[in-house]
Amino acid sequence: MLRFFLKRCLAMIPVLFVVSVLAFAFVHLLPGDPARMMAGPDADVATIEAFRQQLGLDRPLPEQYVRYIGKLLVGDLGISLRTKIAVFDEIALRYTPTMVLALCGMAWSVVFGVLFGAIAAIHSGKWQDYTAMLVSVSGISVPQFWLGLLLIQLFAVYLGWFPVAGYSGKWQELVLPSLTLGATVAAIMARFTLSAFLEVLGEEYISTARAKGVRERLVMWKHAFRNALIPVVTMIGLQFGFLLGGSVVVETVFAWPGLGRYMIEAVGVRDYPVLQALLLLYSFHFVFINLVVDMVYALINPEIRYE
Amino acid sequence: MEHNVVSPFDLFWHKFKKRRTALVAAVFIVLLVVVAVFAPLFAPHDPMATDYAQSMQPPSFEHPAGTDVYGRDILSRIIYGSRISLAVGFTSVLVGALVGVTLGLISGFFGGFLDGLIMRTSDVLFAFPGILLAIAIVAILGPGLVNVVVAVSVFSMPTFARIVRGSTLGLKETLYVRAARSVGASRRRLMFVHIMPGTLSGVIVYFTMRIGTSIITAASLSFLGLGAQPPTPEWGAMLAESRDYIGVADHMTLFPGIAIFLTVLFFNLFGDGLRAALDPKLK
Repeated sequence: MLRFFLKRCLAMIPVLFVVSVLAFAFVHLLPGDPARMMAGPDADVATIEAFRQQLGLDRPLPEQYVRYIGKLLVGDLGISLRTKIAVFDEIALRYTPTMVLALCGMAWSVVFGVLFGAIAAIHSGKWQDYTAMLVSVSGISVPQFWLGLLLIQLFAVYLGWFPVAGYSGKWQELVLPSLTLGATVAAIMARFTLSAFLEVLGEEYISTARAKGVRERLVMWKHAFRNALIPVVTMIGLQFGFLLGGSVVVETVFAWPGLGRYMIEAVGVRDYPVLQALLLLYSFHFVFINLVVDMVYALINPEIRYE
Repeated sequence: MEHNVVSPFDLFWHKFKKRRTALVAAVFIVLLVVVAVFAPLFAPHDPMATDYAQSMQPPSFEHPAGTDVYGRDILSRIIYGSRISLAVGFTSVLVGALVGVTLGLISGFFGGFLDGLIMRTSDVLFAFPGILLAIAIVAILGPGLVNVVVAVSVFSMPTFARIVRGSTLGLKETLYVRAARSVGASRRRLMFVHIMPGTLSGVIVYFTMRIGTSIITAASLSFLGLGAQPPTPEWGAMLAESRDYIGVADHMTLFPGIAIFLTVLFFNLFGDGLRAALDPKLK
């Protein structure tokens, strides 16, 4: 297991390298002069030159890259062009709300997704199956920002059960945004659980259990459900990245003080150091999540370890 | 005794028509395309004509989906908006498919270093949620519909490449490809004439499934202010405009959303049907 873990960590290095090069290149991919971009639209020549010197943009690219990585290692992500505050501090402020939202969304989607998928599998071919799958395909087809607006309309404006938007740490504020965020993934999970479940139901040990007279309910929940959950667990990890992406839209709808909305604001005002840092941060999360998924998979499926 | 010849199309049709929902979805997609193409014939009003006396009117006989803040007819804007959503959805997937299929063919056919390079790059793209990748691309290229098409097509590429690479690996060892090679067919001919047609069923299924996702992503980008800009009648942009009037003019939120939802739903149902009929693994 340890060997597999180390091997998997080593394999991450080239990916992280590519990601860091891309994040570094981001500023240079922008059309025009990065120093001028950084200095802002109404900067004079002297200011632009000062920026160029300060950012080291007059140095050769490889040297710039090494300096960039050196700064990253000490947590220096640059200064926000808009607020003149260190990007690291700006991000630290918004990190927790985004993670709370994503984890909560994940919880909804696991509960609803697995439940719907399991119901559809147990009642395969009956109305429960069709209803669950209709709800699921609808969940995949509904745009998150629209679902968010509808939920606000119904539960915040008309029924007044939950606040319209914003987040100050109260659980009531978390309900609508996390439901919105979790809806699509719940639909994906339901489909995935259904197919995993149906596959398990075709296994011989299920026939054996039935043949020896185990009650159907017990066959479903003890023999089939548990084994069907194994692929679902890895799916949870993979979908977490999708949730982080979706949080950009959901945070904008609910005025959520997180990284996603911050990213959209940064695009709007062309705050490039912030964008660069956020892209890097998100990428690191995805690489890390993939590592965790692989490890969990190796834990529950020994065949992978000895490959 | 008469011997029935069953063409691949007959086989496909036999399976496809058993999926009632997919058949219904196909009919709706055709209708939608007709409405989009002949938008001026179907739209009751000019989608851009403002009338401040008619601001935010609820649905009526004159305006079946009501009017927006500027008194523009929402139904007409939705009808014209279908042109944008269908065109953006279709073009971005088409571009993604053309590039992805070519890369997949190269990757599977040549193997070695090229294969490694293409597949590792698509791994990195794959790990990134589409919407974030699209935002990064729009941040570089600037907002606008054309850049949205570019952004959305980039994140369709890796999956097309993977699907095609997989089938290419199998097809290049088949007898008919080896026979073509032995009579001196060029590599390009082998790839595009002999191998590519065999990979297309997977490509077509994914193509349909992807249109729905692309329409949602493009609408999301417009909603975030990164795609179509007002006063363009785009569904996502219309919903962004409706945000400030929740509880005041709910029809502004309701109808453009229904348009996106149904369009995407029909493409997804159609794609499911195609997969059931074309995927050899789901017999």
